[in-house]
Amino acid sequence: MSGLVPFWFIVIAFFWTGFFILEGFDFGVGMLHDLVGTDEASRRAAINTIGPLWDGNEVWLIVAGAAMFAAFPGWYATMFSAFNLALVLVLVALIARGLAFEYRGKRDSPNWRRTWDTALTAGSLLAPLLIGVALGDLLHGLPIDSAQNYTGSFWDLLQPYGIFTGITLVAICALHGATFLELKTTGDMRQRAGHLARLVAPFTAAAVIGFIIWTHVTHTNAFFLNPIELLAVLAVLAAAWLVYEPHRHGFAFAATTVTMASCIVAIFVGLYPNVMVSTTSTANNLTVHNTASPAYPLKVMTVVAIVLLPIVLAYQAWSYYVFRRRVSAQEFQAPAHQEPAQAGVPAAGDAPRP
Amino acid sequence: MNVDLARWQFAFVTINHFFFVPITIGLAFLTALLQTAWYRSKRDEYLRLTRFFGTLLVINVAIGVVTGLVQEFQFGMDWGAYSRLVGNIFGAPLAMEGLAAFFLESTFLGLWLFGWDRLPRRVHLATIWAVSLGTVLSAAFIMAANSWMQHPVGYKMVNGKPQLNDIWALFTNPVFVWGYSKVLFASLVTGAMVMLAVSAWQLRHGQDKDVFVRTARLSLVVLVPAILFTMLVGDELGVIEARYQPMKIAAAEAQWTTCQPCSFSLFQIGGGNNDQVPTQIIEIPHLLSLLATNTWNGKVIGMTPLQNQYSKQYGPGYYVPDVFIQYWGMRVMAYLAVVVTLIGLWGLWLIRRKKLATSRLFLWVATWAVVLPFLMNTAGWLLTESGRQPWIVQGLMLTKNGISPSLSTTWIAISLGVFVLVYAVIATVELLLMIKYARQSLPPPRAGADVDQPVPAVQY
Repeated sequence: MSGLVPFWFIVIAFFWTGFFILEGFDFGVGMLHDLVGTDEASRRAAINTIGPLWDGNEVWLIVAGAAMFAAFPGWYATMFSAFNLALVLVLVALIARGLAFEYRGKRDSPNWRRTWDTALTAGSLLAPLLIGVALGDLLHGLPIDSAQNYTGSFWDLLQPYGIFTGITLVAICALHGATFLELKTTGDMRQRAGHLARLVAPFTAAAVIGFIIWTHVTHTNAFFLNPIELLAVLAVLAAAWLVYEPHRHGFAFAATTVTMASCIVAIFVGLYPNVMVSTTSTANNLTVHNTASPAYPLKVMTVVAIVLLPIVLAYQAWSYYVFRRRVSAQEFQAPAHQEPAQAGVPAAGDAPRP
Repeated sequence: MNVDLARWQFAFVTINHFFFVPITIGLAFLTALLQTAWYRSKRDEYLRLTRFFGTLLVINVAIGVVTGLVQEFQFGMDWGAYSRLVGNIFGAPLAMEGLAAFFLESTFLGLWLFGWDRLPRRVHLATIWAVSLGTVLSAAFIMAANSWMQHPVGYKMVNGKPQLNDIWALFTNPVFVWGYSKVLFASLVTGAMVMLAVSAWQLRHGQDKDVFVRTARLSLVVLVPAILFTMLVGDELGVIEARYQPMKIAAAEAQWTTCQPCSFSLFQIGGGNNDQVPTQIIEIPHLLSLLATNTWNGKVIGMTPLQNQYSKQYGPGYYVPDVFIQYWGMRVMAYLAVVVTLIGLWGLWLIRRKKLATSRLFLWVATWAVVLPFLMNTAGWLLTESGRQPWIVQGLMLTKNGISPSLSTTWIAISLGVFVLVYAVIATVELLLMIKYARQSLPPPRAGADVDQPVPAVQY
């Protein structure tokens, strides 16, 4: 076996983790934008905290999928076929969200905007829930035969552990989004975001602790939590404490970031060396070995990743730096009448900033 | 049944996706040109045009991105057996596309859109060029993957399974080199036709005639060479496909028997099955020989001998693609290209006579001509993809063997239904928004028009 096989498992876990850290707060902002924003101006402000970033964040998901395709075609084929209908729903959710960002400001009509607000909230809730179910099912196991084909029905995908994984990820996204909004907004919005964070934090903490214990007993008989599981528990407790601290927003966001990262990594650590557990027979488990590409394509992909990934990380970090400023609802206040935002005609609310 | 439904689904989402892709590639480039013109000349009207066409670009990119997600997942969802067999080859360019192109495109689009007042002018100009580069790179990788399905190269068979052993072969594959060039030129044609149509409408109905005449001129100057190159490259691609996929080209002429020299019929009636004698109307001698082999008296092997040869080589089966789609896909593409060329030349002639802004007839034609590139692109892809059938990878795997074994007919029917519904909604929304924003007046000139004055950023 090529040493690159475990390396690519790590790379894929890295992409999934990166996706959930970055898109996680996008999902959270999407879920909460209507609660943090009580009027049109503050709703727009909430959406604009992630305006320049969400699209780049979503690419992490595409790259995670494409890397699975290239490095573990068997895993990609079995997983995506098994989750066929669930993925259709994920895609619909992501389509609704993506279009909501671009289109809600493109017509000057309250009904139009409210429709896209609903699409944004629903899509942002549904996407992490369903992807969470899918990731949980990988570890819990699905009926898979010796030819690596899924043999269950749509309902077999709805395993209790998978569903709980989905709920946990939604809870983390909500808290992650709230701490992000607290960092990126001003005034009343910031206070409402803080209030929401404190409201959500106990539920998130309970969900994460439950999820970690369930994950632990699903994949091992060992009594003690492994370090990554322990880290998830500590991080979520730290987050739940920090949201009550008035001047620790940066730390609270860091804590929700670590919570998200360690939960996703815990799933992948629990999986390895399997990539999909079979409930039919352990002999039918999909592993990194029986799904991996041969050595040459892995070598090619390794070179490509080593060259490109640092560049990608650098310019994404730079774009976060460029848009580090807080967004305030005042920027979007329309004095007399509201014009839809169009490139070129800045809506009346887009007053030049100092 | 499953295979048919899954093919309908793939064709449906892919054709839809490719409505938006060429606009994005073409408009990103043209918008970058406009912004470069502003950067160099510091003239306010170029800034106004950049913002105007930038808005149209963004409306499009949104749909290109979300429908692209579907594309990326489709292979695993419906074509599991295919993905499992060839993922180690086909997946590589897809993963490269994500790393090299998607990140670039999406991150820099955010920087461009929201960075007007936050980045120095020079850096901001670089971001739109980065977006354009991202779109062009993205097309390169996906075309390398697609070309591999048309003409598989760079692999060896190990235990009956193909394994990648030369990644460069994917990017030097002649089908890729010519197919990719063709996609780029066709995208320029599409972007230019969209820009031309919008400018023409504005010249007829809008207020800023002196400004939009600039983009009308720019689009024509890009359009004419782009469509000529599309046809030239397309001709060479036809020769290459005739070499590697002779069935595709024979079917495009409904040529059941071998001919030498071969004529090209302008249209025909019947001929879909080999026992039908088609009524060919207006035959142009030697033209098919020229198109398929680049020689005056070239030989084109007919579908019946090819069918016999393939049955011997690959076992019993029917190896002839849908002749109707091939024959008419070829003609719709080629005839419309001629129409587009004539419109482009007409426009250039009007520029020379200084009548571009006032010729009502031309402006009316140019507005409606916006549908032509989309028909051409679709016809071209039908010709390419349907012509590969019954293969999913030419000579390696049959389409019917590529489908996910775990799929039930109900699943595929449901997902097809959902995609049709969702795509109908988003296509309608997109069309309405494009029309609305294409008809809007230009952003007003900036008071004082001081270049150093910050340009307000775009926000959602």
